[in-house]
Amino acid sequence: MSTVTMRVWRGDANGGDFQQFELEKNEGEVVLDVIHRIQATEAPDLACRWNCKAGKCGSCAVEINGKPRLMCMTRLDTLPEGAITVTPMRTFPIIRDLVTDVSFNYAMAERVPALLPPEMPEGGYRMFQEDVERGQEFRKCIECFMCQDVCHVIRDHEENKVNYAGPRFFIRYAELEMHPLDTNDRRDLVREEMGLGYCNITKCCTEVCPEHIHITDNAIIPLKERVVDAHYDPIAWLGRSIRRKTKRSAAEAAVQPAP
Amino acid sequence: MTTNYEHHEYDVLIIGAGGAGLRAAIEAKQRGLKVGIITKSLLGKAHTVMAEGGMAAAMGNVYPEDNWKVHFRDTMRGGKYLNNYRMAELHAKEAPQRVWELEQWGALFDRTKDGKILQRDFGGHRYARLAHVGDRTGLELIRTLQQKVVSMGTDVFMECKVLQLVHDASGRVAGCVAYWRANGEFVTFSAKAVILATGGAGKSWKFTSNSWEGTGDGHAMALWAGAKLIDMECIQFHPTGMVWPLSVRGLLVTEGVRGDGGVLRNSNGERFMFNYVADMFRAETADSEAEADRWYDDHAAGRRPPELLPRDEVARAINAEVKAGRGSPHGGVFLDIGSRRTPEFIRRRLPSMYHQFMELAGVDITKEAMEIGPTCHYIMGGVQVDAETAATAVAGLFAAGEVAGGMHGANRLGGNSLSDLIVFGKRAGEGAADYVEGFQGSSDLDRAEVESAIAEALAPFERESGENPYDIQRDLQEMMQANVGIIRTGAELEFANAELDKFAERVANIKVSGGRAYNPGWNLATDLPSMITVSRTTTRGALERKESRGGHTRDDFPKTDAEFGTFNFAHQMTQGGTWQSSITTERSTLLELPAELKAILEEAN
Repeated sequence: MSTVTMRVWRGDANGGDFQQFELEKNEGEVVLDVIHRIQATEAPDLACRWNCKAGKCGSCAVEINGKPRLMCMTRLDTLPEGAITVTPMRTFPIIRDLVTDVSFNYAMAERVPALLPPEMPEGGYRMFQEDVERGQEFRKCIECFMCQDVCHVIRDHEENKVNYAGPRFFIRYAELEMHPLDTNDRRDLVREEMGLGYCNITKCCTEVCPEHIHITDNAIIPLKERVVDAHYDPIAWLGRSIRRKTKRSAAEAAVQPAP
Repeated sequence: MTTNYEHHEYDVLIIGAGGAGLRAAIEAKQRGLKVGIITKSLLGKAHTVMAEGGMAAAMGNVYPEDNWKVHFRDTMRGGKYLNNYRMAELHAKEAPQRVWELEQWGALFDRTKDGKILQRDFGGHRYARLAHVGDRTGLELIRTLQQKVVSMGTDVFMECKVLQLVHDASGRVAGCVAYWRANGEFVTFSAKAVILATGGAGKSWKFTSNSWEGTGDGHAMALWAGAKLIDMECIQFHPTGMVWPLSVRGLLVTEGVRGDGGVLRNSNGERFMFNYVADMFRAETADSEAEADRWYDDHAAGRRPPELLPRDEVARAINAEVKAGRGSPHGGVFLDIGSRRTPEFIRRRLPSMYHQFMELAGVDITKEAMEIGPTCHYIMGGVQVDAETAATAVAGLFAAGEVAGGMHGANRLGGNSLSDLIVFGKRAGEGAADYVEGFQGSSDLDRAEVESAIAEALAPFERESGENPYDIQRDLQEMMQANVGIIRTGAELEFANAELDKFAERVANIKVSGGRAYNPGWNLATDLPSMITVSRTTTRGALERKESRGGHTRDDFPKTDAEFGTFNFAHQMTQGGTWQSSITTERSTLLELPAELKAILEEAN
């Protein structure tokens, strides 16, 4: 029976260090299996998040050998030989061991102006598959927040967090912008308060996305184009003035519609 | 001695942030009430995200002949008539409106050619009825509700674990006591109404599709607080869970694979389901492969394939094939869609199944068959509620979603769970809001209950010695899997019942190491009393139900007995019970069906 060496970061906001564990290696196992075996035997208080263990909930994001990964989808046999290093996501404050405080993301979610559709006709809305598909790609997001973790705008710049929504929310804004039913206009908000301009499209977010969402190409770049068009292109400006009859302005959109 | 804890007050307090809890929150919030939601995970991670295939609603978008009556009939037949008929009726009538409503909040379902919501076939549903988004419908549901709840400014307490419901002096449920997982500090909540939306209990079994959260907290807390649990013996073993590698054993494979053309084969390559069609379903099930295959394209051209019988039937058949020595190398059977549909079709319709098998098992499902077998998936049993209001037997306490019992009878049809969440989540929100508006008085928590719950939670730190909670959990799961699994016998159930007393003693002697801040060992120690309570009521109900029906199969009583079809087994504790109190089990007579609904069940069988 071969063995695996795990170097797991343990500690809290006051600091910590790596703890090393040697375990048997079983066929087909993922990193989360090994963490669970450590919990069940040597370290029952080893803190980690997980829920579905199937790559569907996004809870178990950590950094494995320095890269953001879901523990439940990382098979041991896909990692290089040698010790496996597991550390918490670096962009977020540490709570304990592998668990970080991801409340930044929930605060950003609160600032997203909701969908504002027209009144629903009897028997439901009519939308076409090709029109919903663009949004569906972004709604695959499992909110693992690895794209936020890897984004260099906030990874090493805590001060940017107040003015930067991050890739997870850029796809959310893109989704709403492209939503066939939406009448809110969030473009000024995205430019002025959500920091879309800080993103210089290095595509790190796209590379780590476990759902293979084309964050940069399909969401951020089109969103940048729409925002730029809205501001600097006179024809688009004219179009926007006309469209305002149906599409609400960003200032209005920033106010949550009444429930 | 009384300590002051962090305290919050709400009109409506919701425990659980899956589909039912979030839908209830939206409803109560729309009534202008102060609403709080407590979840033991982060928002958006509840087990609802795991639902794949879709939500059933008779919108008639694909088959215009579909309507609520057919859906009602399918649900009752699937549940082997043990259902609370009124819940099944309301569910069938209201599901379409609840699904359309989701689109107003941003959901993007797959579409028909004329732009309506596309509906897919599933087991036990006569017509293609499941609104869906590929095979990630649960994610779409929870994200839609989550975004709506957040946009309404609702308070959400994340990673906050509720230990126990707390009464006031009048004996009604007036709140709860909980702890913050991040720092281990205690917190109390008082409320005019409490809605339980805590989901399922599958974590008491070894092979399960449930996450760590499915420990039956709400089932247990309701029982301790004086409510009744019904049908706890009815556990759904989903026919298709992954069996290999061991690391993912039990992980769900959506029924959508079969709805979209996948078939089950044994080691001889035989489509064995044709040999397992019960009399009840014979008239509407194909009797040849050619007929079954015609049905996928046109439901009028043939009868349904037997792979799409209700889940209890398919799970038992797979179990029998494996037992007869016709299983796959790792103890399951084969689920084959790769030889029947194009790779493009499979990747478009079943993207997360493709991904799941490719990454976790190294199997390309567009080319190879999957190895699958039954996995503990869903508990039909739960808190007995009033169909209209979701009220329980205890004043101030409501329940919706998987934690509630009655809707699905002895077996749930696939797709009826997500629709259950939104139909009865809304009704629970309304029921609680009505109750709150008529409520006079205060919500002063019984301090003695608060203090005893906290003392019990802290006891594992104070013991000099004791057992590791993980050892107890593992042994409990193995014992329940072996003795209270898919096929049961009286002797094994008696054994399990006695074993559970020993497990209770072990749970009362847990030793937790480490501190209180984000300590999963401690968290498990606080889950185990719930798991014991669920296991006890399931075992008790299974012993009493001396027949086979839906998600309850007795090898020693293999037939369905009409007399057992007239009541549920209801479990209860005296009010103010603890997890160690004794449980009484009584027969609770089923509601009598009105003549017009009886007629629906009888027509076109």
